[in-house]
Amino acid sequence: MAERMLMKGNEALGEAAIRAGCLFYYGYPITPQTELLEYMARELPRRGGTFLQTESEVATIYYVYGTAATGKRVMTASSSPGISLMAEGISYLAAAQLPAVIVDIARASPGLGRIPPAQSDYRQLTSGGGHGDCRMVVLAPASVQEMADLTFLAFDLADRYRNPVAILADGMLGQMMEPLEWKVRPAGKHSKDWAITGARGRPRNMVLNAPYTDAELMETNRILTEKYRQITEAEQRWEYVDMEGAEMAVVAYGTSARIAMESVEEARRQGIPVGLIRPITLWPFPVRAFRPLLGKLKGCLTVEMNSGQMVQDVELAVRCTVPAHSYGLGGGWIPNTTGVREEIERVWESIRSSGVPER
Amino acid sequence: MGEHKVFGRPRTLANLPFPYCPGCGHGVVHRMIAEAIEELGILERTIMVTSIGCSVRMWRQFSEVDICQPGHGRAPAAATGIKRALPDAVVFAYQGDGDMAAIGTAEVIHAAARGEKIAIFFANNAVFGATGGQMAPTTLVGQTTSTSPSGRAPQQAGYPIRMCELLATLEGPTYLARVSIAGIANLNRAKRATLKAMEIQKEGRGFAMVEYLVPCPSGWHMTPVESLQWIESTMSKAYPLGVFRDKGKEGREG
Repeated sequence: MAERMLMKGNEALGEAAIRAGCLFYYGYPITPQTELLEYMARELPRRGGTFLQTESEVATIYYVYGTAATGKRVMTASSSPGISLMAEGISYLAAAQLPAVIVDIARASPGLGRIPPAQSDYRQLTSGGGHGDCRMVVLAPASVQEMADLTFLAFDLADRYRNPVAILADGMLGQMMEPLEWKVRPAGKHSKDWAITGARGRPRNMVLNAPYTDAELMETNRILTEKYRQITEAEQRWEYVDMEGAEMAVVAYGTSARIAMESVEEARRQGIPVGLIRPITLWPFPVRAFRPLLGKLKGCLTVEMNSGQMVQDVELAVRCTVPAHSYGLGGGWIPNTTGVREEIERVWESIRSSGVPER
Repeated sequence: MGEHKVFGRPRTLANLPFPYCPGCGHGVVHRMIAEAIEELGILERTIMVTSIGCSVRMWRQFSEVDICQPGHGRAPAAATGIKRALPDAVVFAYQGDGDMAAIGTAEVIHAAARGEKIAIFFANNAVFGATGGQMAPTTLVGQTTSTSPSGRAPQQAGYPIRMCELLATLEGPTYLARVSIAGIANLNRAKRATLKAMEIQKEGRGFAMVEYLVPCPSGWHMTPVESLQWIESTMSKAYPLGVFRDKGKEGREG
C-alpha cells in the first residue's frame, strides 16, 4: 500500500529531497521558506546528511556550488530577495554545468516586500536567474503532492542536464497542509565522471568558469546553447484541465492555477467554452501546449499573482494570433474564484461581441 | 663524484610558463604549494579552489590536481561545500587580497569561525592586480594606486585590513601565519608555513591560513627588485610577519 502522509508543502519538499538522495543542504533563514530549512536541520544529520546554516545567500549558492562539484546531490532554498543574492552563483552553476536544486518560496513585491504569496519572481527565474545568458529549468508545483513529486523530478533533470533546476512556489503552497502519497521511484542513474573527487587513477577533473581562451569560451557557450535547445525540446510539461472544445484558455500555474481551476469549472457550467492550461515547467515554457490549439483558441487569460509576466510567454506561444489578457496583481493579492470567473466572463464577452477583442 | 639532481619542478606543477608579469609573487607561492603537495604525498586526494583575480588562471599550472573555480570571494564557501561532501579530501583555496579582504570578507571569517578543515593561501600584494592596480582593502596608508591617485587617505578610504590579526580574534582557526617572499630567510619560513598548513589538512586538524606578502611590480609601478625591497622596508612594517595562531597536535592552543 502506498505510504500516505499529511504534510506542509515546505516539509514535503524537504522530505522528497532527502528521499531523492539529497544529503546536503545549505541555507539562510528567510520567511516563508524557513520550515524547509528547519526540516533539513532536523532530519539531515540523523539520516546521514549534512546541514549547514550559512552567513548569507551570496555565500550559500557557493556552498551549493562546491558540493555540486563533487557530484553529490545538493539543494538550497530561499525566498525572493535571497534568490536575487544568489543570482551570480546561479549563473556560475550554469556555466560550470553543475546540477543543483534551488527552491524559491517567493515573497510578494519588489524590495523586501512582505510574506504573503505572490508569483512575482516568474520573470527573474524564467530568464535564467542570473547574468550572461544562463538558463534554469523552472518547475511550478500546484499542490503539496507536487511539492514532493516535482522535487524528485528536479534532481533528475539537474543530473540529466548538469544544470541548475529551480522550484518556484509561494508561502501558500509552502505552508498549507495536504495529504500526499509517496510513490516508489527508482533512482535515476547519472554518470558523475566529471566530478572532482581527487585525481586518483584518472586524469584530473576541472569545474571551471573561466576557460583560458576566447575560442574555448565560445565553445562552452555553443555547448550550453545546444543543451538549452535540447531541454526546450524535451522537457515542456503542462496539464490541460477542461480544454476539450475550448475556445478560450485560462493560463495559470501554482497557487493561482488551483484557484482558477474552480472558476473555469463554474464558467463551463455557465456555457463558456473555456479551459485551463497549467504550465508545470515555466522554463522551458510549454509552447507545445498551445500549438494544437492555434486556430481554435479565440483568446487567452493568464491569472498571475504579479503585474502580468507570464502573459508575454503566452503571447509568444499563440504567436500573437489571438489576444492574451492578464488578470492579477503582485504584493500579496490572492485571486478568488468569483473574481476569476467574472474576469473570464468579461474576456469571453469581449471576444464574442467584437470578434477582435479589445486589448 | 657523480652528478645528482638537487632541484627540479614539482610533479604537481605543469611544465608551462606562469601567466604572470615579471617579478610577480604568485608563481613563487604556487611553487611552494606544489612542493608541499608533493612532499606530503597527497596529490591524489587534493582539491584546489581558485579565486578571481590574476590567479584565476592558476588551474592550468596545477595540471594534475582536481580544480574548482567559484565566484569572486567565495572560495572559502565552495571549499567548505567540497570538504563537507568529501571529508577525506585535502581541500585548499587560493585567494588574493581583493578576493579575500574585500568581496569575500564574510566567507573567510565564517569558514575560520567554524574551524572548517581547509587551508587558505592568501597572496597579499596590497592592490587589485588583475584589473590594473586599484586600491585594495590591504593597500597601505599613503600608497598610490589608480583609484587612490594621491595616496590612500584614511579620512576618505579608511585603513588597511590585517587579515591574520582579524581572524586571530576567533576561536576557530588552527593555524594563522603571515610570511613574506622577499629574501631567502623569509622564503624558507614561507615554505615551512605552507607545509604546516597542508600538514594540518592531511591530518584533518582544522582551519589554516597563510598570508604571503608578495610583490606586484606592475601594480606598484616598480621594478621586481624594488618591489622586493619595498616589501622589506615598508609593507612588512604595516603587516608584521609571524605566527598568529598555532594550535598543537591535539587541536589546542600552544
